[in-house]
Amino acid sequence: MHVLLDIDTLAKRFPVGGKRLLHAVDDVSFTIGRGETVGLVGESGCGKSTLVRLINRLLDPTSGGIRLNGTDLAGLSARHFAGNANRARIQMVFQDAGDSLNPRFTAADAIADPVRRLKKLSGAKLQRRVEALADMTGLPRELLSRFPHQLSGGQKARVGIARAIAVEPELLILDEPTAALDVSVQVVILKLLEQLKQELGMSYLFVSHDLNVVRLLCDRVLVMYLGKIVEQGPAGEIFADPKHPYTRALISAIPQADPEKRIGRLRLGGEPRSPIDPDPKVCRFYGRCPKGEPQCASEMPLLRSVGPARQVACHFA
Amino acid sequence: MTAVPALAVEDLSVEFRTRSGTVKVLERVGFQVDKGETIALVGESGSGKSVTAFAVMGILDPAGRVTSGRAMFGGSDLLALSEAELAEQRGRELSMIFQNPRTALNPIRKVGQQIADVLVRHAGATRPDAPKAAIEMLKKVRIPDPERRAEAYPFELSGGMCQRIMIAIALACRPALLIADEPTTGLDVTTQAVIMDLIGELAREAGMATIFITHDLALAAEYCDRIVVMHAGHIVEAAPGRALFAGPRHPYSAKLLAATPGETATLDALASIPGSLPDLRRRDLPACRYSGRCERRIDDCVRPLPHREVGERHMVACWNPL
Repeated sequence: MHVLLDIDTLAKRFPVGGKRLLHAVDDVSFTIGRGETVGLVGESGCGKSTLVRLINRLLDPTSGGIRLNGTDLAGLSARHFAGNANRARIQMVFQDAGDSLNPRFTAADAIADPVRRLKKLSGAKLQRRVEALADMTGLPRELLSRFPHQLSGGQKARVGIARAIAVEPELLILDEPTAALDVSVQVVILKLLEQLKQELGMSYLFVSHDLNVVRLLCDRVLVMYLGKIVEQGPAGEIFADPKHPYTRALISAIPQADPEKRIGRLRLGGEPRSPIDPDPKVCRFYGRCPKGEPQCASEMPLLRSVGPARQVACHFA
Repeated sequence: MTAVPALAVEDLSVEFRTRSGTVKVLERVGFQVDKGETIALVGESGSGKSVTAFAVMGILDPAGRVTSGRAMFGGSDLLALSEAELAEQRGRELSMIFQNPRTALNPIRKVGQQIADVLVRHAGATRPDAPKAAIEMLKKVRIPDPERRAEAYPFELSGGMCQRIMIAIALACRPALLIADEPTTGLDVTTQAVIMDLIGELAREAGMATIFITHDLALAAEYCDRIVVMHAGHIVEAAPGRALFAGPRHPYSAKLLAATPGETATLDALASIPGSLPDLRRRDLPACRYSGRCERRIDDCVRPLPHREVGERHMVACWNPL
């Protein structure tokens, strides 16, 4: 598959007073192919959001490379990226469309804004583009003159998607796009996203807590824990046979209606380790991991291949 | 097993007066929770789950009014109690865990003190003893290093920890009835599992009746004895979780299940629910509020809703059930 996004030993360390550094994203490497949907999962505080903000260039990395179809983006500063031609190539759908839409913009303004800025359209052309986007995302045109508070959750989600795809991005980052929606609306939005991907040939980076949704939508899954990717591979394989103990705990935590499927589940005790100046020799999961052998405290496990497309960072996987 | 009802809600109707008319939020809602039993109230936003809980707790918004019904709890009707009598019951006999622990906790009071406050107010603990008892509660909800954490403010703790503090406060006086309103929204799945296990364990231990409000059907099925499905202010079906998953009888429950992503479903197999909730301000609301969206509608559907027993503890409010 043709590689669209190539992330190479990307790191972000925030200074937190003294000489101490918070390792939010720690030497992360992965790729996203053209037309591929990659899921990013992990608990709050694991660095998902920082990683996303590095990729869409809202934050400057401490080190490492971000290449989009061969173009180096890591060298451009976040401050100047907003006016850069590459801005249109990576777009984002935010978590809660209710919070991320400007309350003083109508739906039409919200969709038109990025087109005006990045594609330099105006007047009747802009109007036509906005209407076409409303049609594509299934937003009735008569709602275009409404403000966010006059729209339902599902309609706001459609506006959020329309404005993100308005500038024809190659990579769309979706940050929990359906977390605020009821299940019946969620289904409609997930189907819309799948259909748009087919029509427009975009790649998706799909960030979510809801593993059942990740399983539905994603080709490949990245599992992140405290700044590191601890496991990655095809979605089907990860869900059927998780190798890393943290991935196992994540999958064990999916609620099960059927009591027979609850047998042998893994529950995590303890609290996560501090991300501030973590010991480079200790596995990040040490202390919460049911395994926790002496080797885990003396040698950081690195990502290694355990199958044609699978990698795990655990001594015992 | 003889079931003893801890709470029996009968015929509960609630209206909200708004500028654009009266909203009939709940209509003749009835259910019961036995001692030691956990039930789930599930439904989409606007179905009336939280309003039901607020009405029982006596903490409805001032615009809301109970127009009919009873909530029998320990020999008295909660809906008929005075505010002072209710205040005595709340915290001691009735307890609630709110959706967002960070906003429900007092941000400028140490968490240990917040637990101690409840113990002093409702459990007859004395000020000097209360801090120790608070630490005991922190141990019970498995907060590591409880002595130190008791001195922390909510902002210093993670979301999962704050939720455990909420649980500690709610359970401090060993209530007979606990209402948990989406206690794990916004928490990670791994934390959610731990918190739900904890509530379940403490409930079993104390023989507490629990009402768990959620929109996550699988979560409800895993942790609750029975599931009560609500739609637009009506209870449409109530059944043990397994029975509901195996064979939902109300068309709305079936649609809700078909829309929920599960282990085996593909995106194509998932179906959304056609139509939307009826406008609850309408004067001519149909007897069955789902009938406007329903594919199984028959002539009988204009008659008052039936409550049919279709199995062991399985009720469906439908003239043409599946």
